[in-house]
Amino acid sequence: MTDLLDRRLIFVTGKGGVGKTAVASGLALLAAERGKRTLVCEVDAKGNLADFFETGPTTFAPREIATGLFAMSMNTEESLKEYLSLQLKLPLLAKIGPLASAFDFVANAAPGVKEILTVGKLAFEVREENYDLVVVDASATGHIVGQLAAPQAINELVQVGMVRDQTGWMLDILGDPDVTGAVIVAAPEEMPVNETIELAGRIAEETVVDLAAVIVNRVLPELFGRSEEELFDKLRTDRHRARLAEAAGGDPSVVLDAAELAVTLRRTRAGHLDKLRDSLDPSLPQLYVPYLFQRSHGVRATHEVARFLSEELGY
Amino acid sequence: MATTRTTPTTLEQLLAAREIVICCGSGGVGKTTTAAAVAAQAAVHLGGKVLVLTVDPAKRLANALGLEQFGNVEIRVPSEAFAESGVTPHGELWAAMLDTKQSWDDLVHRHAPDAETRDAILKNPLYTNITARFVQSHDYIAMERLHEIHAAGTYDLIVVDTPPTRNAIDFLEAPDRMADFFSSRLLRLLTVPARSRIISFASRPFYRVADTILGSQFLEDIAEFFLLFQTMYDGFVERANAVSRTLADKRTTFLVVTTLESAPVRESEFFVKALNDRKFHLGGIIFNKVLPDYLLDPEGVVVARVMTDEAGRLAAELAQRGMPADQLERVLREVGDSYLNFRVVAQREAEERSALSALPEVVASVPYFERDIADLGGLLALGDQVWR
Repeated sequence: MTDLLDRRLIFVTGKGGVGKTAVASGLALLAAERGKRTLVCEVDAKGNLADFFETGPTTFAPREIATGLFAMSMNTEESLKEYLSLQLKLPLLAKIGPLASAFDFVANAAPGVKEILTVGKLAFEVREENYDLVVVDASATGHIVGQLAAPQAINELVQVGMVRDQTGWMLDILGDPDVTGAVIVAAPEEMPVNETIELAGRIAEETVVDLAAVIVNRVLPELFGRSEEELFDKLRTDRHRARLAEAAGGDPSVVLDAAELAVTLRRTRAGHLDKLRDSLDPSLPQLYVPYLFQRSHGVRATHEVARFLSEELGY
Repeated sequence: MATTRTTPTTLEQLLAAREIVICCGSGGVGKTTTAAAVAAQAAVHLGGKVLVLTVDPAKRLANALGLEQFGNVEIRVPSEAFAESGVTPHGELWAAMLDTKQSWDDLVHRHAPDAETRDAILKNPLYTNITARFVQSHDYIAMERLHEIHAAGTYDLIVVDTPPTRNAIDFLEAPDRMADFFSSRLLRLLTVPARSRIISFASRPFYRVADTILGSQFLEDIAEFFLLFQTMYDGFVERANAVSRTLADKRTTFLVVTTLESAPVRESEFFVKALNDRKFHLGGIIFNKVLPDYLLDPEGVVVARVMTDEAGRLAAELAQRGMPADQLERVLREVGDSYLNFRVVAQREAEERSALSALPEVVASVPYFERDIADLGGLLALGDQVWR
């Protein structure tokens, strides 16, 4: 299988709340650090990609935010404008404003049109070789299949016209596993794990895109091995707790309680991880990013994520 | 019982005077579970018929409610499920799931002027695509179903779990957007070619460009679809406006559910502002998966630091038979480190919490449950945390 970062276009998806943007940012940063000219693009206009790099708001026009790392936000209206000006080469450009907003309106109702303007723009950047790698902070699990399958949907609905003419080369790019891959971000919790398993099936059945990896985010550290856990249980008995209090010069109860909580959380989550491992194709790479005990999710945390991903990818 | 004139301070008081509770918040914060827990509490304590209307429940949640599966029809949660938890509810708990496709079909059945139009719409490929794939149709349908169930007057309280949206406020705007859509100039523009063949497609710049991009066949498909849909214009707009009024009604209140991670908190702030702008009633905020307060205990920090920094000395002092010093040292250091690690997160969360807490009348916290909720007892235990 092609090395993850040697692909040209990576769609990062996952259930809301699992840290999809953090992982997409970390992947993009890692690629840039490894010398690839990288574009990271956020698709949903929540505008928090910028937070992960502590940079100003991102726009449709890519901006270099670190050496070799460019960031942009998708905007289907801008994408249409760019497309029309490239394709039609008409002096129509001045009049395109109201047309585009009208078009946006139609695109909202006509399925696949908005999605294809998104996917098309990203595939275009790959085709033109403007970047070595395009990392997409894509839509969440509920919407990603519609996005990735947009070229097929358009093919079914539209018989002729410029948009249809474009779907061929897009499908070539999306369907080539050496070029394009999807990454599902999961968290070791029940719903994210279930959605990941379900989505892996849907991507295989309903899209041409190859599932490249599952990245499990926020994995809690294992505190103890088995014999250490027995020792920990002893420490929590009244007698040993009192001895520890004396030696440490203060009541350790809350500290021990916190460790017990950490152990239980870890154990519950390990069950979900087992389920994920058992349900996915064993040849599919699964990478783990630990829970980050940090004060904020800024650029330092993004560097941490990049570092863990680098280890997991064997760099 | 609280009257509407007194400011409620608990969820019980808040809900006693309401008929609709809408739970909202960003994805992954535990909205669905919270909605079910709140509904179960209401059924137990307030009595009457309580319905939880959910969008995409985990299988486990259906099991927890003692249901084989959810459907578009409302199902009563069997009283045995409560009995197993040792609770005798004053009222009845019902549950239903939102089936988007079925609900759209129902709408068409209701509003289509005649059978012919109805069948033409149901068969139109665009309609099929829109109802199945069009993301935002979820938002409108959820609010529409809520309105319908509420208007039928079967339930004393309806607790709604909102669909996952790109932005949490999407569904608030859905009814207005739907009404705007049917009233729009663009819709008229698009349906012109189908209404009047006299105006040539290619004669206007708009169609010329649209035709180049999409092809005239597709454009005509769109036109036909919207033309058919326009026959339902009056019914739809009236309905969408009624749905809007339901959201703004004083019997309706909103609960914002969030964890204390920064992204959901940002979204919640945004959402609270959106509710205020629309003069919708923000009843409360529920903080979910909150780490325990003891992580902020000042004595705990001191002891944890000693355990981390002086693990070797402590281990040497405490070692005895069955507790070898080297293992003990590792355990003490891990325990101390773990406390300090979680404390960093707890501090960050405390800051987020104080920023949001000032806003609503009712603020409740649900601790980080160590295990997944597997039965109604678990839901009730979660509900106990927020109810009073």
